[in-house]
Amino acid sequence: MKRSATPTSSGTTRVVLKGGTIVDSRGERRADVAIEGGVVVEVGEGLSGDARDASGAVIAPGFVDLHAHLREPGKEEAETIETGSRAGAKGGYTALVAMPNTDPPQDSVAVIEFVREQGRRAGLVDVVPSGCITLGRQGEALAPIAELAAAGVRIFTDDGSGVQDELLMRRAMEYGRGLDVTLAQHCEVATLTKGAVMNECQCCTTLGLPGWPAVAEELMVFRDIELARITGARVHFLHLSTARSVDLVRAAKRDGLPVTAEVTPHHLSLDETRLLTFDTVYKVNPPLRSPRDIAALREGVRDGTIDALATDHAPHPRRDKELPLDQAPPGMLGLETALGVALGVMDIDLVHLVRIMSINPARIAGINDRHGRDIEPGAPANLVVFDPNITWQVAPEKLASKSRNTPYAGMTLRGRVRHTIFGGDFTVLDGEPQR
Amino acid sequence: MKHLRSIPELGADGLARLLELTNHMVEVNRRPVPKVPALRGRTVVSLFFEDSTRTRLSFETAAKRLSADTMTFSVSTSSVNKGESLRDTVETITDMGVDAFVVRHKSAGIPWQISEWTTAAVVNAGDGWHQHPTQALVDCFTVREARGCERFDGLTLTIVGDIKHSRVARSNIAAFSMLGAKIVLVAPPTLLPPDVAHWPVAVSHSLDEVISRTDILYMLRLQSERMAQGHVPNLREYSERFGLDARRLAMLPSDAVVMHPGPMNRGVEMLIDPSALPNSLIHRQVANGVSVRMAVLFDLLAGESSAGNLREVSP
Amino acid sequence: MSTTVMSADDVRRAVTRIAHEILERQRGGSRLALVGLQRGGAWLADMLGAALNTIEPAAGVPVGYIDVSMHRDDISLRPVVPGAISRIEFAVDGTTVVLVDDVLYTGRTVRAALEGINTYGRPRAVQLAVLVDRGHRELPIRPDYVGKNIPTQVGDDVRATADGVVITKVAP
Repeated sequence: MKRSATPTSSGTTRVVLKGGTIVDSRGERRADVAIEGGVVVEVGEGLSGDARDASGAVIAPGFVDLHAHLREPGKEEAETIETGSRAGAKGGYTALVAMPNTDPPQDSVAVIEFVREQGRRAGLVDVVPSGCITLGRQGEALAPIAELAAAGVRIFTDDGSGVQDELLMRRAMEYGRGLDVTLAQHCEVATLTKGAVMNECQCCTTLGLPGWPAVAEELMVFRDIELARITGARVHFLHLSTARSVDLVRAAKRDGLPVTAEVTPHHLSLDETRLLTFDTVYKVNPPLRSPRDIAALREGVRDGTIDALATDHAPHPRRDKELPLDQAPPGMLGLETALGVALGVMDIDLVHLVRIMSINPARIAGINDRHGRDIEPGAPANLVVFDPNITWQVAPEKLASKSRNTPYAGMTLRGRVRHTIFGGDFTVLDGEPQR
Repeated sequence: MKHLRSIPELGADGLARLLELTNHMVEVNRRPVPKVPALRGRTVVSLFFEDSTRTRLSFETAAKRLSADTMTFSVSTSSVNKGESLRDTVETITDMGVDAFVVRHKSAGIPWQISEWTTAAVVNAGDGWHQHPTQALVDCFTVREARGCERFDGLTLTIVGDIKHSRVARSNIAAFSMLGAKIVLVAPPTLLPPDVAHWPVAVSHSLDEVISRTDILYMLRLQSERMAQGHVPNLREYSERFGLDARRLAMLPSDAVVMHPGPMNRGVEMLIDPSALPNSLIHRQVANGVSVRMAVLFDLLAGESSAGNLREVSP
Repeated sequence: MSTTVMSADDVRRAVTRIAHEILERQRGGSRLALVGLQRGGAWLADMLGAALNTIEPAAGVPVGYIDVSMHRDDISLRPVVPGAISRIEFAVDGTTVVLVDDVLYTGRTVRAALEGINTYGRPRAVQLAVLVDRGHRELPIRPDYVGKNIPTQVGDDVRATADGVVITKVAP
């Protein structure tokens, strides 16, 4: 059942989330939350209204994913904006930044508007389209960044690839200054990773597979930090995966540069030895790395070097992943398992979790007027209610996504979304998508 | 293990068992009628995605000498990319009734992926740069035969050439070290895998330095594409540094043997006419190929590894 | 519960008798050869060969061994582990081959040996010599020379060596 009404105009019944614990930038506090007309209207104890059970659960601003591949337009057999939105809602997300490597790519206002409209039609999350840095993501000429910014695009990236040409990247940073935009980079020096299938390491030596050396990521992280230093541009690093990358960003922040970074749940939890099985579900760009890298990434989250957890949700139809390892497309699902993985592997408190899954990404995406906000009267009702201690097993057939390529199939995760509220409407109630 | 996919997976016990079984097959192949009914009624299908007349024929001959039925699918990569996927092909053949697949593919890992899609036994005839277990079995057996010993403690195996892209090297390093040999790899740094520190090998970039101390000299083929990829500046320089020429032949110990998995690149790694090589085991390597592969098929479909592969037989 | 049904002496006497029977039947015939069925028949073939060559040294009867595991008809029922390797170093074509086994039971091993021998050539004739025939044939196979006929039950265990033949009844 699809709703065509815009999601922020919701019913006028007053709904109360009862018995939960609010976690936002101000900390943790026990309180009921009343929602009406798409907005939080009251926060306190013993509130009255149409009750929804939140006892034992955490009530937080809805999660924001800085990095989701919704595949529409162009690869609808893998995912559509609607099914991706539903997967996001099930994962507790109320906003998704849609990556621009669609077909046609998101380098024109027409495509941006299309993606936004499809998101509105689905009405399940805020679909925030990102724009390409270069035309067609070809890395040769700048996309119409100002025009796209005027159409409301705040984040630009060529994700799927990095911008290889140093001069072009410098120009993009200079051009973007004054437009209040963030340039996000997929750091990969392509000449060093040709044909690569997994991290360049002991395993790839034994398996006889071409490797993706860590330095291919670190060189571009270093480059863009230095270019940001001289241009003053705001730069965000997508899916960092190596220890050295974390060190570089830490130093850049110490120098006061406006640099932010994200990490994926899979890079925090799975290492390169997974590929010993040759299972293509573990093939991803950048690749799964070593335990040492994982430890450094977790430390980077803990000490604030890494600002956000972003899923890099990358659906692929079964058929595409059944190709030989070197031909299979890289990428794994992430929206519905992010919370379960984050709580499972991270040794951080709930406030920090909400910071990396909601507050920071909302700010980086430029949507912190409606997402990632403190839960107080007047805030838009974009919320997630989750059970931090419930364990559940990942069943691929039960996922809302159209694809099934999750590396966590059959695994037990800790932390589960109970309700997701978008513009005051329950997109997910008791774990079930409502539309 | 109901498959033969890699030497590490086979393990030392499996290696010993197959080498022992090969002796039986050698005897069968000496008979006037070199055929036994052991695999009668079984079907062995060759799925060769890479051209290889020699290995494919070796497997097919092996299957036939065990009285198995054979089918060959020589698939050029492009035809599988169009439409029918590898999985479809494997499942279709499985439906037609197959007991074992013999697979060669340019992508590493295919034998493991195929195992997920079929109940038949899977024999790896070469997967990308990864493993070529039957070649290692042939090579171990050939050395045993030549030196009359079962283990190789105290022997040095020197492998020369493009180790990085060699499944033969990876399988042999595993197999020969299981049998106690000392292994030396000789190659320019660009033709060695990124991290061999954890392999049971010594590394040298100079063939001249190590050749007089080896018992087995194993030459690998260098593909001409490696030049285009920047691994070596040109083939002449490679041959000068790493090729087997008359001068280096004279440096070999008198009882050392020379081996090559074939096919040879004359004028690149082999600068002497192979028939002029004393102590060459190359012909024995070829000759033993059928016996080794008979042992492998017998073991998987009738012998100790067959428990998982036995078809349902009504009492 | 074990019973010795043949002593070492009994075995020796039976072998000598069989050797005479073989030579008797062979008088004026083609070349003779013994082939012991691995493993049970190998020692017996050696013993029988020695006996033949003692009685008639000029005969020069060669002894070979055949491992029948790869010729069995029950390969699909359970895993097969081949025993010692076959060794037949004489020409089989035109030779009278006497298959030698310690115990004849269902006859399947002998059938496999018959098939196996054919891969070495076409014998003039094939005969069968066994130390013990314990009955329960499942195929139309009959021995030409028998040391002793000993009726047994299907579950019984029959062991034959140069030191004698012992039957162990399986506990009911």
